[in-house]
Amino acid sequence: MIILSQPHVEAINAHGERDYPYECCGLLIGRFAEDGSKEVVETFPISNAREEEAKRNRFLIRPEELLAGERAAMKKGLDVVGFYHSHPDEAAVPSRYDLDHAWPIYSYIVVSVGEGTARDLRSWEMEGDRSKFNPEEISKGQQ
Amino acid sequence: MAVTIIIPTPLRQFAGGSAQLVFEANKVGDALDSLTTKYADLRKHLFNDQNVLRSFVNVYVNDEDIRHAQALETPVNDGDTVMIVPSIAGGKKKI
Repeated sequence: MIILSQPHVEAINAHGERDYPYECCGLLIGRFAEDGSKEVVETFPISNAREEEAKRNRFLIRPEELLAGERAAMKKGLDVVGFYHSHPDEAAVPSRYDLDHAWPIYSYIVVSVGEGTARDLRSWEMEGDRSKFNPEEISKGQQ
Repeated sequence: MAVTIIIPTPLRQFAGGSAQLVFEANKVGDALDSLTTKYADLRKHLFNDQNVLRSFVNVYVNDEDIRHAQALETPVNDGDTVMIVPSIAGGKKKI
């Protein structure tokens, strides 16, 4: 389960709409709980590092950007707990490409942006053996 | 040569919960082989079916990306740090 407040949902949706028809991406900063659930404390937008012609269907967060995000999170006693990205004019369901490039533990939030409007936001977690993504429950936190 | 491998957060569960581990090795590839021999479940997250380092797995020896050195053949010295750093990639189906 991932705890996500309404302002975080709105920030992710707004980023997806702003970057449409390109894919947007960003970090989810927060806390891992003992029971395996995650709480998002802030979202951290990242500029999609993919080349111009690939941005409509690909995103990339470079290792140095992830490290910078991890260091910023650590200063606040937080962790990177996952990532978000948009699927322009496509369902909020991870693709084979998403699965091939995923890491365990992290939450992967996908927002579907249809014709420039965010329509659906879902969270996913990869199975430990890399075989598939499982839907992750989103709990709307207070904020 | 004793080198320290830094394990990224998402892979620690496959490495007995460790954030860092020390192995004897002369090359980066040897250190990663030792790591994934001891913790076999880690291997599929670092290497593909062709035994090639996955494209979104980045390995640094003391802050130098091994892709800019001799890749897995990059030599390591006593006290070196081998850091595994994820790139995060994805995207929808082809358009």
